[in-house]
Amino acid sequence: MKHLKWSVAAVALIGWGSLASATETLSMWYHGAGNEVEMKLINQVIADFNASQTDYAVELQSFPQAAYNDSVTAGALAGNLPDILDVDGPNMPNWAWAGYMQPLTIDESKIANFLPGTKGIYNGKLYSIGLWDAAISLVTRQSTLDALGLRTPTLEQPWTGEEFEAALKAAKDSGKYKYALDLGMAWTGEWYPYAFSPFLQSFGGDIVDRTTYASAEGALNGEAALAWGNWWQHLFTEDYAQADQDGADRDNGFGAGDYAFSWNGNWAALGALKAFDDTLFLPAPDFGKGPKIGAASWQFGVSAKSAHPEGAAKFIEFALQDKYLADFSNGIGLIPATPSAAAMVDNYKDGGPLAVFFGLSNAQGMVRPVTPGYVVQAKVFEKAANDIAHGADVAATLDAAVDEIDADIAKNNGYAAQ
Amino acid sequence: MAQISQDNRGLRLVVRYAVLCLIAAIFSFPLIFMIVSSLKPSSQLLADAHSFRALLPVGDISLQNYFDAFKRAPVALFIFNSVLVTGVTVVASLALCSAAAFAFTFVMWKGRDLALTVILATLIVPFETIAIPLLLEASKLPWIGAGGITWGWLNSYRVQIVPFIADGLTIYLFVQYFKDLPGELIEAARVEGASWFAIYRRVVMPLSGPVLATAAILKFLVMYNQYLWPIMVTQEEQYRPVMVGLQYFFQLNRAWGEIMAYLSLITVPVLAFYLYLQKAFIASIASTGVKG
Repeated sequence: MKHLKWSVAAVALIGWGSLASATETLSMWYHGAGNEVEMKLINQVIADFNASQTDYAVELQSFPQAAYNDSVTAGALAGNLPDILDVDGPNMPNWAWAGYMQPLTIDESKIANFLPGTKGIYNGKLYSIGLWDAAISLVTRQSTLDALGLRTPTLEQPWTGEEFEAALKAAKDSGKYKYALDLGMAWTGEWYPYAFSPFLQSFGGDIVDRTTYASAEGALNGEAALAWGNWWQHLFTEDYAQADQDGADRDNGFGAGDYAFSWNGNWAALGALKAFDDTLFLPAPDFGKGPKIGAASWQFGVSAKSAHPEGAAKFIEFALQDKYLADFSNGIGLIPATPSAAAMVDNYKDGGPLAVFFGLSNAQGMVRPVTPGYVVQAKVFEKAANDIAHGADVAATLDAAVDEIDADIAKNNGYAAQ
Repeated sequence: MAQISQDNRGLRLVVRYAVLCLIAAIFSFPLIFMIVSSLKPSSQLLADAHSFRALLPVGDISLQNYFDAFKRAPVALFIFNSVLVTGVTVVASLALCSAAAFAFTFVMWKGRDLALTVILATLIVPFETIAIPLLLEASKLPWIGAGGITWGWLNSYRVQIVPFIADGLTIYLFVQYFKDLPGELIEAARVEGASWFAIYRRVVMPLSGPVLATAAILKFLVMYNQYLWPIMVTQEEQYRPVMVGLQYFFQLNRAWGEIMAYLSLITVPVLAFYLYLQKAFIASIASTGVKG
């Protein structure tokens, strides 16, 4: 009997010991495979988190960005999602609606000063949070503005639509450039809604009616949208921009002096600065309803199937430290999510060469439609913008786009909660 | 008169070879561009892209892109995975599909024609339409390994191999070829008392070199170029093939030199395999009219 008591006590002690030291594994998927710098940074965050506590150990599986969304969708179908995943901001509502993600429970006071575009909020709940944002600007040179006799626009006083038109005309008439404007037509996919729908929104239109998200009627084919469509088409009929662009022209054209202006993101800004020491990053023009640029980049969230959502949230909260925001910005050039982190980064601190992007993101950033239907709407918008650029009838193209978007919304029962 | 005829023949030969050389040059331009570009820095590659320099190894030439490609991605692992998956699938496919075609061609059994029709009908079904049901199936299949029974085939080589071993096109190729073999050979073997398996192995297969080469090359290309299925079933890097690996190089700021270096590296197994089988492949095209 005495032996039995000792045995029970020993077993209990061992069991308690193993419970106390049990470390749960959290699987994580990330889109950065192939980007050596990015992988080093995310691995550092994971190593620090794993060393900082004993409850959880994060294990990373990285994917190439182009294959990431398909892999997540396949993983969800096969019931094989990880605990933590990253998601491109505009896709988050769809993944939340489809049941891939669950709301993220972190101390929201810690993200109070984050850039608006870094917060993935859907149906009033936070689902994802980004360590950085991206922004687009109109890239040019001070010497170009001077030579063309143009005012330098500012955040407070951006160019109006008329001023932008005059700038394009002056650049074209100067005969110095192959095209006045590089829009990045060589890029496809998400670039279209990210880069070009803000023009539409500045005209007063939108991809979908954001008050209800039930239809695109009026938003994408109303007066404002028609005005945008006609303006968009005239960029190509007037030969200000090319509707078909070679990838090499996109990558090298501005640096080679082929374009007076380039509509490009902050990720390409250091290259532009390297090409010309008088490079300027101008705010988006205001076509009547305020200057707009796209917001929201990659963000972290918790998968709906995670058995340890509290652990996953703990990791994400850990990653939100300013030092990591600054490290990512230093490493991959994106905009740190907080002013305090921006102050730690040479490029983005006050007076830094890219500081203008923090202001642009804060002042002009507008998230794409926050609806599960966005993934379809983005493709419809891409096709419509591309067709119009290639000479399609503006009104008919936009009407067709509205029909397609509305049909998709109807087919999915208005994307009501499942 | 004879002299003129001789001159004409010579001229025709020259013209014919000139045209053939021109066609060969046009078809080899992409390969030359890829290999030459893999030796240039991205900036020079893009600058040369619009001139004839794009096809010449001139300027700042080095192997740096190859070193950088190996740093960016586990290139050797991806090539190994693709060669393994493709090799095993091709060998298994040749064995299984030829045996099936033998049964469809030479053995009389009830429902044979209907079964062959159903198999051929699968040729019009695109893989994309069955990808999701196949994924759901593969994620629940059992497997008996060293650790006992496990469920789900995701993240493995077998999930990339087994679904592609048998296919309608390969069976069709063998059936068409077998139909042209002299029936007397099979009858003679039967009269001699040979079993069906012995006829398959000792009579039919030794005569099937051209169709084996054609089927092998077509299967090789399909398997080596797999992209959609691997990204659906391989979440772990250690099982990824070359085409998924290619996406590692498409970052926001694309390193075109590295992309060309990677493409050059992954093209080597394809070229080697094709060159090894090309004589038999051409013979098969000449005899069956089938081409890839």
